[in-house]
Amino acid sequence: MASITFDHVDKVFGDVHVLKDLNIDIPDQEFLVLVGPSGCGKSTALRCLAGLEEITGGQIMIGDRVVNNVAPKDRDIAMVFQSYALYPHMTVFDNMAFGLKLRKVPKPEIKRRVEEAAEMMAIGHLLDRKPRQLSGGQRQRVALGRAIVRDPAVFLMDEPLSNLEAKLRVQTRAEISKLHQRLKTTFIYVTHDQTEAMTMGSRIAVMRDGLLQQLDSPQTLYDHPVNKFVAGFIGSPSMNFIKGTLTKGDGRLFFDGGSFAVPIPNSRRAHIESHIGKEVELGVRPEDVHDAALLPPGINGDAVVETTVDVTEPMGSEIYAYLQSGQHSIIGRFDPRTSARPGQPIRAVYDMEKMHIFDIATEKALV
Amino acid sequence: MSSQPQTSTGPRSRNTSEIVRMLLVPLALIISILVGRWSLGVMKDADAPRLLVVGVALLVGVFGIWIAYWLCNELLNLIPSETLRERIRPVIFVGPALALLIIYLVYPTVMTAYYSVLDKNSETFVGLENFKFAFTNRTIQIALRNNVYWIVGVTSFSVIGGLIMAVLFDKVRYEAVAKSMIFLPMIISFVGAGVIWRFMYASNPPGVGLLNAFIGNFDFKPVAWLINKSVNNIALIVIMIWLQTGFCLVILSAALKAIPADIIDAARVDGAGELDIFWRIIIPSLKTTILTVVTTVVIAVLKVFDIVFVMTNGNYETEVIANRMFTEFFRNQNYGLSSALTMILVIAVLPVMIINVRNARRQRG
Repeated sequence: MASITFDHVDKVFGDVHVLKDLNIDIPDQEFLVLVGPSGCGKSTALRCLAGLEEITGGQIMIGDRVVNNVAPKDRDIAMVFQSYALYPHMTVFDNMAFGLKLRKVPKPEIKRRVEEAAEMMAIGHLLDRKPRQLSGGQRQRVALGRAIVRDPAVFLMDEPLSNLEAKLRVQTRAEISKLHQRLKTTFIYVTHDQTEAMTMGSRIAVMRDGLLQQLDSPQTLYDHPVNKFVAGFIGSPSMNFIKGTLTKGDGRLFFDGGSFAVPIPNSRRAHIESHIGKEVELGVRPEDVHDAALLPPGINGDAVVETTVDVTEPMGSEIYAYLQSGQHSIIGRFDPRTSARPGQPIRAVYDMEKMHIFDIATEKALV
Repeated sequence: MSSQPQTSTGPRSRNTSEIVRMLLVPLALIISILVGRWSLGVMKDADAPRLLVVGVALLVGVFGIWIAYWLCNELLNLIPSETLRERIRPVIFVGPALALLIIYLVYPTVMTAYYSVLDKNSETFVGLENFKFAFTNRTIQIALRNNVYWIVGVTSFSVIGGLIMAVLFDKVRYEAVAKSMIFLPMIISFVGAGVIWRFMYASNPPGVGLLNAFIGNFDFKPVAWLINKSVNNIALIVIMIWLQTGFCLVILSAALKAIPADIIDAARVDGAGELDIFWRIIIPSLKTTILTVVTTVVIAVLKVFDIVFVMTNGNYETEVIANRMFTEFFRNQNYGLSSALTMILVIAVLPVMIINVRNARRQRG
């Protein structure tokens, strides 16, 4: 059990600046998810914490100890790799016991701890097998078991689910969350999958090009993204972005997208007055785009947009409608009773209470 | 011709192409026999221009074989019965290779075994006399002893050396250059290497020889490296180590690169130091490759001949079996003893070959 601190951490590979002034404080027992597109530096951050890469500047602390110059083996961490990285020449038992053997733990205790962890991961019957005799899911469990056995202060996981098939991935996702509750240890989890991040993390750190974009709880991240990148990265399907201008008329504010103009509620005006007359970008999540005919109660139907349906994707519980309005493409998550049919016009309504406005130049969220 | 009624039921175009084919194949056969005869004539002709002979030999050698296989296959297709056709087909394709193997490998081995129990002139049966002589004669005993020295010395130094270098070079930036430097001797023939090392070991006239010049710097007296019985075998073995280490290095280095970096990282996080990683992860992962390299080197060493032949010709107690075999056969014309020595080598190589083949098979899964 330990807290983690990234304090002004920089990492440079040759002339590539992989981590830029990274500052993250992770309290003890937190489940922190590092998420971002590939090449954003999330794996590098994890490897720096594990001691597999040296940092160029700043300091990393585990607990109260600065670990910049501490070898990986002395950092009291365990890591689960995307490829599982099981030792191919060892049995499952030996794979799990390897770290304990190196630490000269007495044999009976090794046996006890391995069996206990194997029990927890339901791989007790596989202890005599070699990794090549296991399925992907079983290997994944062995890799997790190998980390558990060590009873480390921090668990590091580098995309541990990406090699699993979809169904198993969802199942293992829940199991890792359960494991975290049970072990009460700090978990740091790297993924490029925003669903994994949202479902597992107590907090999520979104990264891009080596820069930390936002570090917040999943709900805050979803409801209040600080910039266009975070807004677009979190949520599936992605948020709709529509370029247009802020205009004023009749004492009300409007967002003019060219092919349509929608009123902005007075409650959301505060921070955008300065941008009146300027170009901005409107962000609307697909679930906030409704079929006007099936508007849920409590939503103001002012912001009407006339659109044409391109494609519909029935998901069962809802229908993803790909809409076209002027040159804008918009995705809406419609009630399945919708009359939207490809090629047909349909009237859509934006829930403007939940809209976002981004500055065109800085991409920062204004509201 | 009996196939014609069968094909008459098919479309007309296919029918005609069948006939064209039946005419073409025999024609091609006749042409190729004529071309073959002509090219043989050219190649035998002492007055023909050299370049023409080379050109014809290359063309006939490369394309001739291909055409021969193609023709045989086409001729085979003319046989109407499918069962018969498919029974003959493997013979046509594997047959030539099998025949070559029997003529150049099986037959000589059997005959050598036979000669080894005959006398000097292959006339009377002498039982195991030749073998008895081989194991009691002082020179041959020395040769046997030296072969053991060679196997132990060359194999251990080149494999261990290659392994250490592979691991160390893996961590440096000029890896490619370093590896090529070590690998370079591989392309030198054994005789060429002998010539090079003669300069290294030269001791006559005094003042010549790189090694003597070097130790002279430390006030050591010059050593007759190839004559002095306490060092001459080592001096020869060093040459072979120099030649073989590059091979070991390249093969082991490739296997080393195939170990996933994640596994090394996982071991590091698990608490392994560099030595733990080497002994507990790298060595076990390279096990099959090491075995392959060891057996390959052992086989090469068992056959060692050229180096000894060129450097000392087996004098001053540097004899090895292969050189003795050569001397007995060509100089002393003692065919019986020479064949017995060959059989000793064959029997010595056999277990190594078996290990090697088994290992290769296991690697293939």
